[in-house]
Order: sequence, then C-alpha cells, then structure tokens
Amino acid sequence: MGNDALSAETETAPVVDYRAVQQSEEFQRLRSKHRRFVFPVLGACLLWYLAYVLLAGYAHDFMSTPVFGSINIAILLGLAQVVTTFAVTMWYVSYANRELDPIAANLRDEIESGTSVAAFSGAARSEGDR
Amino acid sequence: MLHFAAAPAASPGEPWLNIAIFGAFVAITMIIVFRASRNNKTAADYYAAGRSFTGGQNGSAIAGDYLSAASFLGIVGAIAITGYDGFLYSIGFLVAWLVALLLVAELLRNTGKFTMADVLSFRLKQKPVRIAAATTTLVVCFFYLLAQMAGAGGLVSLLLGVGDQLGQALVITVVGALMILYVLIGGMKGTTWVQIIKAVLLIAGAGVMTVWVLALNGFNFSTLLDNAVAVAGNPEILNPGIKYGVSDVAKVDFLSLGLALVLGTAALPHVLMRFYTVPTAKEARKSVVWAIWLIGIFYVFTLVLGYGAAALVGADVIAAAPGGPNSAAPLLAFELGGPVLLGLISAIAFATILAVVAGLTITAAASFAHDIYASVVKKGKPEPGAEVKVARRTVVIIGVVAIIGGIGANGQNVAFLVALAFAVAASANLPTIVYSLFWKRFTTQGALWSMYGGLASAIILIIFSPVVSGSVTSMLKTEEINFAIFPLSNPGIVSIPLAFFLGWLGTVLDKTKEDPLKQSEMEVRSLTGVGAEKATSH
Repeated sequence: MGNDALSAETETAPVVDYRAVQQSEEFQRLRSKHRRFVFPVLGACLLWYLAYVLLAGYAHDFMSTPVFGSINIAILLGLAQVVTTFAVTMWYVSYANRELDPIAANLRDEIESGTSVAAFSGAARSEGDR
Repeated sequence: MLHFAAAPAASPGEPWLNIAIFGAFVAITMIIVFRASRNNKTAADYYAAGRSFTGGQNGSAIAGDYLSAASFLGIVGAIAITGYDGFLYSIGFLVAWLVALLLVAELLRNTGKFTMADVLSFRLKQKPVRIAAATTTLVVCFFYLLAQMAGAGGLVSLLLGVGDQLGQALVITVVGALMILYVLIGGMKGTTWVQIIKAVLLIAGAGVMTVWVLALNGFNFSTLLDNAVAVAGNPEILNPGIKYGVSDVAKVDFLSLGLALVLGTAALPHVLMRFYTVPTAKEARKSVVWAIWLIGIFYVFTLVLGYGAAALVGADVIAAAPGGPNSAAPLLAFELGGPVLLGLISAIAFATILAVVAGLTITAAASFAHDIYASVVKKGKPEPGAEVKVARRTVVIIGVVAIIGGIGANGQNVAFLVALAFAVAASANLPTIVYSLFWKRFTTQGALWSMYGGLASAIILIIFSPVVSGSVTSMLKTEEINFAIFPLSNPGIVSIPLAFFLGWLGTVLDKTKEDPLKQSEMEVRSLTGVGAEKATSH
C-alpha cells in the first residue's frame, strides 16, 4: 500500500522491511514452529543412529541374538533404522503441509502484495545481483 | 543350488554384449540430452535446468547422483564378503538424508541461486566467504571425482575383459570424454536426465535381482541367510564385527566414519546444487522425500543382493575375481540371468559412473564460474553470457583433469577418497551451513575459521593416517615409509567437532558485527520463500 513509486523504481519486488517482518508475531510463530520440530526430531534421529552404531560396535552378543529363524537383532535394528527414516520423513511432510506451509504462504502473499506491516519503505532493499 | 565352480577367471559373460548394451544407453541418453538442451541459454538454464524439474524427477536424479558405483558394487561386495558390517555402512548413507530434509533443502532453495556459496555468503562478507566455499566445493568434488574415475578402471577389467593398463586408460578416456560431452551440451538439464534414467535402471535392475534371489530361497529371507552361512562356512557373517569389530581402534574408526556419512551428505556440494533445479522450496522438500524412499529401498535391496552373492556365488570366488569385492553384484547377475543380465548390470554400473561424474563436474564448474569468476573476479558484474562460457571451459578442464587423474589413480588404493569427501563436506561445509541458517550472531571470521579449519584438519589427519602410509594396503603400498601417527582411517570424529568449535570461537572472538538487516532478510526469505529464485519459462 502506498509504495507504488518505489515499486516502479525497483521494478520487481516492493521494498521489504525484512526486520519488521522478522519481528512480526506471525513470522515468530512460523520460526518457532519450524525450530521446535526440526531440532528435537533431528536430534532424536541422530541419537537413535548413534545408539545403533554403538550397539553394533560394542554389544556383539546382544546384536547376534536370533529372533526369527536366522534373522537376528542386528538385522532387525538395521531395518528399523530404515523404517524410522521413512516414518520421520512422512511425519515431517505432514507437519510442514499442515503447520508451516499455510503460515509461510500467508506471509509471502502479504509481503509480495505489499499489504504486510513490513512492506513500507524500509531500509533493507532486496539486493540485486548477488 | 547351482554353483559355477568354473566361473571364468578373466571376464564372465560377453564383453561385446556388455559394450553393446552400454552403447545403447549412451545413444538413448545422448538423444534425450540433445532434445532437452535446446533451451540452454542463461546461467539459470545451464546450472539449474531453468528450475523446471518436478520434485519426483529431481528426487530420482538425486538418487541417481548419490547411488554411486561405490554404493552399488561396493556395498553388495562388502556384505558378500564381510557380512553385516557392509549393511551397517549403508544405514549411515540413508539416515543422513534426514539432515538434508529437516535442516537444509528448503532453506537453501529459498535463499540461494546456483551454488552452496550463495547461501553461505548471503549475510557475510562476499569475497572471502565465497572463495572459501568455492575452495571446499572444488576439493570435495575433486576427491569424489577421482575415486569414481579410478573405480572405472577396475570395473573395466572385470566387465569388458580389458586387463592391460593401456586398454583401461583408453576406457577411462572414453568415459571422461562422454561425460564432458553430456555436461557441455546438456548442462544441468542433460545431467539430470542422465541421472534420472540411470536411477530408474539401477533401482529396477537391483529390484529384479532381489526378487529373483528371494524366489530362489522360497521368499524366505531367513533361508537365504542360512544358505549364505552354509556357503561361507561362517555364521559370523550375520553379526556385526567382521570388519569394524576387530579392534578398539576399528570400532572408533567406524564411529568416525558413521559421523562423517551422516553429517556429510547434507553438505555435499553436488547434492546441494540439485535443490536449485526445482521451482519452489516445497518441490525441494518433495525431492528429498522421493530420494529418501528410493535410496532406502535400494539399500534394502543391497542387503538381499549381498547375502545372495554370498550364497549363490560365494565369498571365495568373489574375492578371487578381478575387481575383488566390486565383482559381487556382476557375478551374482551372471549366476542368475547369464550373460544378458550381466551385460545389463554392467551397463548400469558404467552409466552410474557416467551420471555421478557428470553431476560432480557441473557442480565444480558452476562453483568456479559463478563464485570465483563472476562474483569475485568480475565483482558480480560479468559480461552477458560470459559466466556460462567460463563454466563450459571449466567443464572441459575438469574433464581432462579427471581423465588424467583417473588414469594415474587406476590400480591405486583410493577407495578412501569417497569417505574422505564425506568427511571434508561434514567438517568444512556443514558447520557453516548450520550456523549461517540458524545462528544470528555468526560472523565472517567464524565462517572462515570453520571452513578452512575443517578442510585442513580433515586432510592433514588423513595424510597422517594408516590409509596413506605404513602398510602394504595403504596408498603408498609399503611398510618402509610410515608416518601414520594418527591411528584412525576416518578423520571425522576429530575434524567435525573441531570445525563446529572453530566456527563458534571465530564468531565470539570477532569484534566486528555483520549487517543485522541481512540476517533479517536471510531468515525471512529462508522460511517464507519471499524473493526466491523463480523458474524460468520457455
């Protein structure tokens, strides 16, 4: 709103005050939803992998216990790593579709159409040719 | 079960059949590359395929790029000979993709343009950070490329029956020349199509063999394991420890390798660059999801194929064949489907090398032309069209270097180079990627200390490790020279934490502050996709 002249001058995107967007409540919500998911989930997955590697290295007898016929715990845990990787992937996709994408799309629309609080003549001009 | 005790020593199957099938692959992909490359005009077309691939296509291409000959031939062979420890290795390669999915793919797509350096230098000082990022990119690509090209020589002796050095050098030259042609003409679009076709063939081929092996064992995996144990005469092949459990050092070594695999994947420049070939961050996410499914399923196939090779071919025959463990998958194919299946699998293995080296070459060329030439030398204002011209010339130079390096490294012990490439990526690139995306305070000095510190420590540790000197199985192939003062073969467990620490230390000791507005812009753009590079329309 009200930055037509500026838009014409810079041709493409309106000048965006990224600082104001960053401090806006909506963006903070997006940021915290993103971080509150990816950090703990990735941390848990890496610990689970580390536990698997350490078991394979230091718990031979446990890993060598047969469970179904000749299929032992080592093979089951290896396949479990594959299964958890698939499961976490699908979990993240559904979380991102449900919780992250709508907020991100909304913010993007607001900024690009210039209706956001932030899209007045701010100082941060989007750099041209990085 | 059939057991060809008289498996031919030189090359099973028909070399000419193998060459004909590979020739057909080259002809078909070449036509596709020509057709796909008619619109290669701008840098975005050449480096990022106009950002026009779908998530599914890009995910298949990522799988094609990632499942190198080392994963296919190497892991099947490792399972066939060292049993469970070979599988242990592949799990790290898969779990690693969660780092790419959760931390890197989308944010990188939203903030960058063509290269890894675009993201790393976004809010830091352009020139020094770009030079550092381009350096680590070129080093990782070079190690990876050399390992692939050297592997081609070994593969040739097995698959085409070319035993002498001159013949192998000729084949390496042909592979290199084909790769140059693909990348020169096709750019990222051509490279991507080669990788997609190869991924489909590789996964389908491995799938058919997997079902076949299971069918021979009454679709009972436990029976297959019993047969493998019976042929090997050693029940230990089902348990971890044959390779990585021999000593305390070997155990720590594996931990170190696992760390590098898990943290290195999401920082491999040629993987990162693939995320720019899709139109949006959401498609980048879909790409990783596709890649995770394809790669995960493939590694489960390799488990069956590895034990299948142990049961149907036998570890002794595999170890004695030319190419050693790498021959397990081709020999299994011969055992199952005779010369025709062997020819198909051989052609797929060659296609694998071709697709992987093409991906590495375009990444290295883009990094040189975009980061060094256009951004540093020309200060971001190159003549129109000059950047792509420089990129094309770089492709030729890298191709020639790869051919010469591949011939030179042929027959050398350079298998450690792939693991080293992962370790360098995890140490030199990942800390800076993570800090610049998630740590507000991060500064240029922190980035430089972390990147150069991670790069130098990984390489110095490997030079003083047992893979370079001190034994007949080392690179120098003699016990006479021994400067292996670092006990591990994988530097990751030291160099990765060190690089994270240096990034932190360099930042807190830095008196200058970075532009806070750039930080705001990067954070907003990375999460919302505002101002992200759009697909070019043709």
